[in-house]
Amino acid sequence: MKLTLKIWRQKNASAKGNFETYQMDNVSPEMAFLEMLDSLNKRLVEEDKDPVAFDHDCREGICGSCGMYINGHPHGPVPAITTCHLSMRFFKDGETVWIEPWRAKPFPVIKDLIVDRTAFDKIQIACGFISVNTGSAPEANNILIPKKISDEAFNSAICIGCGACVAACKNASAMLFVSAKISQYALLPQGRVEAKERVRAMVDKMDEVGFGSCSNTGACEAECPKQIKITNIARMNREFFKAF
Amino acid sequence: MSKVLFASISKKFVMALAGLFLLTFLPVHLIINFMLLKSDPAPFNAAAHFMATFPLVKIFEIVLMAAILIHVTYGIFLQISNWLARPVGYVSGSKAETSFFSKFMIWTGATVLTFLVLHFFNFYFIKLGLVEGDPENFYSVAHDLFRIPAYNYIYLACFVMLGFHLYHAFSSAFQTLGLNHRIWTPIVKKIALFYAILIPAGFASISITLWLFS
Repeated sequence: MKLTLKIWRQKNASAKGNFETYQMDNVSPEMAFLEMLDSLNKRLVEEDKDPVAFDHDCREGICGSCGMYINGHPHGPVPAITTCHLSMRFFKDGETVWIEPWRAKPFPVIKDLIVDRTAFDKIQIACGFISVNTGSAPEANNILIPKKISDEAFNSAICIGCGACVAACKNASAMLFVSAKISQYALLPQGRVEAKERVRAMVDKMDEVGFGSCSNTGACEAECPKQIKITNIARMNREFFKAF
Repeated sequence: MSKVLFASISKKFVMALAGLFLLTFLPVHLIINFMLLKSDPAPFNAAAHFMATFPLVKIFEIVLMAAILIHVTYGIFLQISNWLARPVGYVSGSKAETSFFSKFMIWTGATVLTFLVLHFFNFYFIKLGLVEGDPENFYSVAHDLFRIPAYNYIYLACFVMLGFHLYHAFSSAFQTLGLNHRIWTPIVKKIALFYAILIPAGFASISITLWLFS
């Protein structure tokens, strides 16, 4: 396959940045998208040029670090997968592929396709946890939780914090991420103890770091690689009203 | 406490409540407007007089004006902060599968607001004595306006925009208020579609009837 890549290149956080065009010949449909970028980088290194910087870690769809905006979609055009799971067979021979970093004020570009996602960490640190005493783990069956509820909490907890929701939202809103983190605790008895403090602190931090607000367009849900539902946002709103 | 009042969720909450209140007024206005189709001006003028003078309606009017002001102010404020949250956009745009009309709420809202200003100049400001005209004969004022083709074009275009705005606004308000339910949310969305077609179509039918057949 032959592809034309249009990749955002930016030397550092303060540099202006622009799109560079790269012609890729002999791209195998069996390749993973990141492998295709690896092969481009190998070529660039051989040509004594600066390779394209992009985040990646597990390459198993777990860590969520490989976030990049491909042809109008966070993580590429295939739903419910991260970029590392994106195969080149989903692209056509001769296609032009636009690759951009996440765009949001709280996610400044560090270099090329790498953005600083510390804003998510700040929200988590605000109260995205439960306070527990140290010591041995308590007996799991001491607090019984209906299967339906634990499944719902788990479906929120699978958020990998990749930032695709922010990238997809026209308002660069982080409400899907924040609501998933709030929901995973709010649904469980262990999380209810600090539910009010949690929602207040996390929403406050979310606003402080500069994310936009939710317009209920559903773009975040459509693009989330873990298919987190916007019902979480409604739950977060309910939790927020209950907290005052 | 100030953090609660200025939180993004609170602003959306207030905006949703104000919007839902405005949704209740539109059917009332539509029912009164249907009286314009009668050849006798008395029922419409009597209804307009009642709306302008009855004490309870006067209170409703203050709440209505406050709701418009809050909805518009918060809408503009939130939109500006949303634009600021993404100073650099995407070259490849967004191809996410979303509700189409939700992406243009600020523009459909701005169109409706522009019409509202025009509407105030044509009717409400006459009642307040700010613009010359007979507040006891809005029937003639309306009929005269609907004889102007340009006014009808603007009127119909604005009501199409209102329909687009209402379709997303109706169900979005419930989501913002935290009311998302496996069974009820799809029903709310169907009601939203019904409401967003029926209300603007009702207003438009009056405009078209008076324009073409009066």
